[in-house]
Amino acid sequence: MYGGGYVFSDPEHQIPPDDPEKLAEFEARIDRGEKIEPQDWMPYEYRRQLIRLIEQHAHSEIMGALPEGAWITRAPGFKRKLALIAKVQDEVGHAQLLYSAAETLGKSRADMVNDLLSGKSKYSNVFNYPAKTWADVAVIGFLIDAAAIVNQVANSKGSYGPYCRALERICYEESFHLKQGYDAFVALATGTKSQRAMLQDAVNRWYRPIIHFFGPPDQESKHSKQLMRWKVKMASNDDMRNQFLDSYVPKVLELDITFPDPELRKDPQTGRWQFGDPDWAEFYRVINGDGPCNAERLAVRRLAEAQGRWIRQAIMNPQQSVTIPFA
Amino acid sequence: MIDDKSGIQWNSEDPRVQRLGTFFADFHPLQQPEEWVTYEVFHQRRRGEQHVHVGSVHAPDPELALVFAKEQFARRQHCSSLWVVPSSQIHISGYENEDMFSTTPDKTYREASGYRLRHKISSYKQAQLHESDR
Repeated sequence: MYGGGYVFSDPEHQIPPDDPEKLAEFEARIDRGEKIEPQDWMPYEYRRQLIRLIEQHAHSEIMGALPEGAWITRAPGFKRKLALIAKVQDEVGHAQLLYSAAETLGKSRADMVNDLLSGKSKYSNVFNYPAKTWADVAVIGFLIDAAAIVNQVANSKGSYGPYCRALERICYEESFHLKQGYDAFVALATGTKSQRAMLQDAVNRWYRPIIHFFGPPDQESKHSKQLMRWKVKMASNDDMRNQFLDSYVPKVLELDITFPDPELRKDPQTGRWQFGDPDWAEFYRVINGDGPCNAERLAVRRLAEAQGRWIRQAIMNPQQSVTIPFA
Repeated sequence: MIDDKSGIQWNSEDPRVQRLGTFFADFHPLQQPEEWVTYEVFHQRRRGEQHVHVGSVHAPDPELALVFAKEQFARRQHCSSLWVVPSSQIHISGYENEDMFSTTPDKTYREASGYRLRHKISSYKQAQLHESDR
């Protein structure tokens, strides 16, 4: 599912200087539109930011499977149950693909899993909200997946080969997710009065987290300019959010479902979407571990890890040592 | 529901969480051997086609690598056969030697389209025709 990680600059972190000659060669390769492969030289900061980005993306896929997974037993009807099982399986598969891509940069999978379980790593804000009704599953499947696709299509044109290849595969599978989400959304929107009320309630609760999903407004920082130059970040948070609103707000409004924001409108002059203050303080609270469901999600994830331990140990091969995948 | 260990009260919307009764809220890090080696996966869509590299999986042995590869790379698209190879068994030429693959910029002599004969045959026939006219 779920879009790239957030890029936070931490001025504390010491960035060692790169060899200027190799850096020039590296940047020339990116300017020519060539992909960077794991065996290539790359700047320290390029590697560090990519590990963070891909790792956060992988964690988001894993954690994103939890709110929807809880609805498999309660999905209305056999076909929707089958589709939801397939979708949740895909999300977990996407995490595997992304972990492999991040591993090629030198961080082991065990370290990534441990950083998630210990609460050190971040993941997408949206999965720390509850899925109260079936309409939440419809909203996640339609609007959150759509938001993620905007992110992922952009990132798949980035510069790092293994990440791009993983994303191409992911985007191919996501198209079915989006369509089944839209199908569930439309079924409720064109249904009975109480179905419509349930959907409207879910949209009201998810509107703000979705605005948050793309990350805070971009500051003109040297940092993000460099990441754009290196094609780690392909578009600004605001541009991606705008692209999403442009494509999907009309699809919701035409079903006479509304958004709980009187200021949401497209400026006819600039063509940009405007919205009311989404309370970025809430975004930071959620992303730093203090959202409505952070503790529960992490507990469920730890439980899964603990329950799987006996089988991992049973098939463990003590002679083996870790290898890094090639591509 | 109250977690036995932490004493935290959970008001979860998730029926599984309500059923669990307790949480393993403690964090037990993964140990080194729990992280398996990687296998590169090659996927053949249909009999007669090439096996194509599609990615990698972590597995403790080749048998399970095939099981994971099936789940990861053959759950959607058609598949007739999979290969798995330990990543450490693959030998690569390395991008530092990438320039050895570019020899002469003009390789038309290696392509069928680099050989144009029709005009020669036509002008030969033309010449023959004039010959017989005489």
